[in-house]
Amino acid sequence: MNNNSFLDYYNIQDLNMAIHEALLGVMPQWLAILLEGLAVGLLIIVLYAVLAIILIYMERKVCARFQCRIGPNRVGGKGGLLQVPADVLKILTKEIISLKGSDRFLYNLAPFLVILASIFTFSCLPWNKGAEILRMNIGIFFVLAASSIGVLGILLAGWSSNSKYTIIGAVRSGAMIISYELSIGLTVLTMVLLSGTMDIQDIVMSQDRMWNIFQGHLPAVAAFIVYLIAGNAEANRGPFDLAEAEQELTAGYHTEYSGMHFGFFYLAEYLNLFITSGIAVTLFLGGWMPLHFPGLDGFNAVMDYIPGVIWFVGKTFLVVFLLMWIRWTFPRLRIDQVLTLEWKYLMPLSLLILLIMTVCVVFGITL
Amino acid sequence: MFFTFLIVVILTAVALVVLAMTVANLIGPKSYNKQKAEPYECGIPTRGRSWVQFRVGYYLFAILFLMFDIETVFLFPWAVVVQEVGAYGLISIAFFLLVLILGLAYAWRKGALEWK
Repeated sequence: MNNNSFLDYYNIQDLNMAIHEALLGVMPQWLAILLEGLAVGLLIIVLYAVLAIILIYMERKVCARFQCRIGPNRVGGKGGLLQVPADVLKILTKEIISLKGSDRFLYNLAPFLVILASIFTFSCLPWNKGAEILRMNIGIFFVLAASSIGVLGILLAGWSSNSKYTIIGAVRSGAMIISYELSIGLTVLTMVLLSGTMDIQDIVMSQDRMWNIFQGHLPAVAAFIVYLIAGNAEANRGPFDLAEAEQELTAGYHTEYSGMHFGFFYLAEYLNLFITSGIAVTLFLGGWMPLHFPGLDGFNAVMDYIPGVIWFVGKTFLVVFLLMWIRWTFPRLRIDQVLTLEWKYLMPLSLLILLIMTVCVVFGITL
Repeated sequence: MFFTFLIVVILTAVALVVLAMTVANLIGPKSYNKQKAEPYECGIPTRGRSWVQFRVGYYLFAILFLMFDIETVFLFPWAVVVQEVGAYGLISIAFFLLVLILGLAYAWRKGALEWK
């Protein structure tokens, strides 16, 4: 709790309040709240779309690099920068096909549930001091709960399309996601233990002496690794993409979706990657908190000059790159290997980490 | 303030889906023929119904998941106050975890974690 003055300088909470007061001065309260709500909604949609475009472009370039290719380089100048926006426009102009024999209502509901889950969790991310959309005292718990809506969407998508490939993909995906949710829950619990709060902003604030991954030393590092593996499975990516194994299941649970319907699944998949990384950064790498070391006051002060949002986005993209690295390096696992990995290795391991961390916290052996 | 924003977030999700679907419906082509409405699956016509009984192995993991997920839910309130309740809380929660780990060990021993 030493030199927090510069962190407060970037705090936009006061700015929010000032705007709120200014609006109240010229219009009735309901109109002010309506306008603010519209602004927040617009912000979410724009951020969502821009991040998805950046992430898809990044994935293509990273994947190309790992496979000794160049990647997109024709559309829009040198680096193929306009390739992904062009793809988005293309997918918007595609026909949405309604299937024969499908459950029409559930078929249309499924992409909406997937989007809803990812927007819920997306709006909990702490971008900066005072810059979060949903803040509550059970924040991280809410994230865990909201992210489970996504698996419902996936199961419904597979079931309602009335096709055997989608149902195999959906059931595989469902079994895998709910299994890895245990590890995610336990590692999140470990970090809640260390921070002593579930409020996401307070978790970040509790790391102002040192990031959690240093504060909790060995158990925290182990929990970080377990979280990354489980988060990768939760986002349906990497070596765990057996739900959409192209060689056996065409595209898994979204085989029968076309046009923008499919686009929603694609969008949510990439945003989930970002959200998983964002939560990992919040819990383990200090969120928007600059790199601090106790004792090095000069160093800490210099780090405080960089705004929190740059720290958050920078660290998140670092973790995103790590997850992409994992995805394009490891071969795909079989369903029995995936479940064995979770239930026989990660799950007992995360219980052990939890116990060690409890002992560390209770007897004060944290750094 | 929180509930206002919660409603805003829900409405945003609805607006995003409805907006994108409306735009796609407006500018996308529409044509109908019988083959197009068939499920694509692997490229050849699908045989029989797809809403069939599925293997029980997945269901078993779902039941096990339920048990351990509820456990995590119970642990969260304790995790917040662990520094205040101290060693007494530690012993109680160790007992709670012991019962659950015994459950996991039982499932493991019975072969519920094997993929057959």
